[in-house]
This record gives sequence, structure tokens and C-alpha cells, in this order.
Amino acid sequence: MLRGVTRIYPGATPVHALGPLDLDLARGEFFSVVGPSGCGKSTLLDVLAGLSRPTAGAVSFEGSPVRGEVPDGIGVVFQEDASFPWLTVRDNIAFGLRRAGTEPGDIARRVTYAIGFMGLDDFADAYPAQLSGGMRQRVCIARTLVLQPRLILLDEPFGALDQQTRLLMGDELLRLWRETGATVLLITHALDEAALLSDRVGVMSARPGRFIDFVSTGWARGRDSRIASDPGFGAITARLWAALRPESIKAMGRQV
Amino acid sequence: MTRSRRIVWTRIALVAGAVGGIELMCRLEVIKPLTMIAPSQMALELGRMIATGEIIAPAAYTFMEVGAAFVVSIVAGGALGALVHALPRLRRAVDPLLASWYAVPFFVFYPLLIALFGLNALPLIAIGVIFAAPAMMLSTLAGLDLVPRVLRKVARAHRLSRLQEARLITFPSAAPYLFTGLKLAFAYSLIGIIAGEFILSSGGLGYGISYAYESFENRTMYALMLFVLLIATGVNGLLHTWDGRLARRRGIT
Repeated sequence: MLRGVTRIYPGATPVHALGPLDLDLARGEFFSVVGPSGCGKSTLLDVLAGLSRPTAGAVSFEGSPVRGEVPDGIGVVFQEDASFPWLTVRDNIAFGLRRAGTEPGDIARRVTYAIGFMGLDDFADAYPAQLSGGMRQRVCIARTLVLQPRLILLDEPFGALDQQTRLLMGDELLRLWRETGATVLLITHALDEAALLSDRVGVMSARPGRFIDFVSTGWARGRDSRIASDPGFGAITARLWAALRPESIKAMGRQV
Repeated sequence: MTRSRRIVWTRIALVAGAVGGIELMCRLEVIKPLTMIAPSQMALELGRMIATGEIIAPAAYTFMEVGAAFVVSIVAGGALGALVHALPRLRRAVDPLLASWYAVPFFVFYPLLIALFGLNALPLIAIGVIFAAPAMMLSTLAGLDLVPRVLRKVARAHRLSRLQEARLITFPSAAPYLFTGLKLAFAYSLIGIIAGEFILSSGGLGYGISYAYESFENRTMYALMLFVLLIATGVNGLLHTWDGRLARRRGIT
């Protein structure tokens, strides 16, 4: 999907944010990206989604090039609260379906299912201001998932949540991934989250971000957060940290 | 009783106490009738002017001017705000002018406006626009500045056209600030036009108040002043209630 991708932000002092890097995602794979702060993880997601053009290299999705526009079939969930405060939960989730010209009956059915799936039944007619941060993020995830994307890109979607909520949201994400069969790319700064959720984890270097290691977890598809008690979980997290530690020190401006 | 309800009742009690105090002082002639008539007499006189239809012509004239200034200010201020927001270089040039706009005594340009537009309602409408449009422009700029970047990304992720993005995301996101612009534009239009009618006009509520003042017609003068106050407070109250409802829905306190 990514071939020799580089992203340099122009300016008086150009910033080489990313690459060159290559990445292939298998259909239905749960892939996570970890890396030190400022290594270009979000830039990678923007380039992959078509929200930003690479300075060099090529991006493709299902064999078609991605050129500065988000292709049909890709859904993006952002780190920040991206719910629409002027719409109810139901209307937030229906937003993309209405734009896509989906039949009203189909919209109602899919939205009702998503509301139930996300545990938002009691808040269907509430406004985002009446919800907690975690619930708002669930609204945003639901708004993306009702469109049934084949590739779901998530940029630290649980970043603002507490540890317990993150674990439970991770379980929900795994359930969604299993049910939809979509490919997932999750950007996260949490090594345990990456180790717990993913089939494969890509470790990025300090800026300019490149992949320095790929770690396959070998988890079964029916996993959930209880695998945190599996001895393998600690080993995977340790391997991720071993690869990441020198890069994090670099990113902090210290000597390795 | 909740805290907010207590505040509302305290506010009402303060206004009622002030009106009652003035009423008492006028009745006891601590305040002479030539200086001020009692609020109850103002209300009675206003009731009479409404019943006889005496107030209709000046009120209609003023409302026509305020309405025209308000609409032009909303449209022009909103459009200019959006334009300046889209052109950062223009923004840098215009920002200091907007910041110091209300320091300029625009009434001194009234003779020039008469020379330009003639002796009719247009110079007054222009004064109203000069006062109100920048408020709308500033509110539009503030609203557009505060549209979260992530919502623009959401628009792109949903493959919206620029027009769809403006209609479905930018405008609703900026709406609370645009609404503040509406409130300010109404207040400034009213202030500009009533004050303009005082200076040079042959009709309208401001002219009526000024004429009554010069003719020592205290009852008429105070009745018209009360009418202007009631209209300004009523419209602002309505807009404020609506604004509050929208803000609460969005969790803005």
C-alpha cells in the first residue's frame, strides 16, 4: 500500500516528518503503529487516508492510487473529539450515510444497530455535550463504522480515556473488527494497547518516522483484553519497548 | 430554589426596586415632573399613543431603518468576515482596523453621508450598517477561527465538496458565534439609527424623542424612550433566550 513514501513539510526550515517507508496491510489484518512522540504517526495516517499527499512515493488502496482524496471504502477515526455538537447521537451516526444517499429505511436500521452495538441506546437522542469523552468517541467510531469501510484508520482514538475505559473500548473495537471483517490500522502511543489488540505491530523510529521493526503477536482472532494475563503479552510488550526505547530517547533529545 | 433561578429573581428584584424607587420619588416630587415623570405615567402615555396609533408612523420608520441596517449588516458583515478569513494576508491588514473600529466617532461623517445619499433614510441606514457590520464581521471571524481542524478533516474523510463542507460543517460549527454577531448587529443597528435620528432626521423614534425634548413634551418623550427600551430589551431577551438554549445544547456555559 505504501511504497517509498516520504513526507516533508515545506517552509523556511523544511521538516522531514516521514519516511521513506513501505507498508503492506493484509486484508482483514489488525495492524498497529507505535512510535515516539512526533515521529510522524499521524502524518502516516493522513497520507494513508488521502488527507495529505506524500512528498515522494506512492500510496494505493485496493490497487488504486490514493492522491489527496479519501477513497471510498476508507473510514477514519481521529484522536480529537470529532462529534458534531449540533447533532444528536443518532444524527451524528447517520451523517455519512445521508451524504452517501443511503435509503432512509436502511439508514434507520444501520444507525439503530450501531447505537445498540456501541451501548448508546439510552443516549440516542442526546447531544454530544451530554455525553462523556468515551461515549463521544464511540459516537465517532460508530459514525465511521456504519459506512462499512473496508479499511478503518484510527488515530489514537482512546488517547483521552482512562486505562479501564481504554481496555473496554479495545474489546469493543476487536468485536467490531471481527464482525465487519475490515482491515484496521491503529495509531497508538500505548504499547500495551498495541500488543493486546493487534495481529502485527509496526514500530516507528524517531523523526523522520520509518518502520524499524514489525512484531507479529500470534493472537487468536477471538481475543479480548483478558490476554493481558497471558505470559506472551509481557514478552510482546517487552520486545516493542526494546525497539522503541532508543528511539524515544532520541526523540527526547538525549544520547542513546 | 436553584442558584440560577435565585440570580434571575435577584435581577428582577433589582430592576423592580429601581423602577419602584423612581416611581416613589416622582410621586413625592423629589424628582420634579419637569425633570422626569413617574414610570407608571410613562406606561400610561405609551398605552395611549399605541391605542391612538400615534406611535405607528415613527415606530414603523425606525423599524424599517433598523431592519434594513440589520439585514445589510448581517449579509455584508458575514460575507466580508468569511472573505477575510479565507485570505490571511488581507486578514493581517484588516485586523488592526477592525480592532480600532469603534474608537472612530462615525457620526462626524453624517454630513458626508447626506451628500452621498441625500436627505432620506439611507444615510441613517448607512450609519446603522457602519456600526453593526463590523460586529457581525468580527463574530464571523471568531466563529470560523474556532471551527475545530478535526471537523475539517472529517469533512474530507466524508468526501464533502467545499460547498457541502461550508453548509454541513463550517456554518453549524460557527453558528453560536454568528448568533452573537446577530445579537450585536441588532443592538448596534438600533443604537446607530436612534442616535442618528436625534441628529438630523424628519421622522422616526429618535426624532420623536428629540422633538418632544425640545418642545418640553415630557410625557411623549418618556413614553417614546420607554418604548425604545422595551423593544430593545424584548428583542435582546428573545435572542438571548434562543442563544442560551443553543449554547446549553452544545455544552457551552
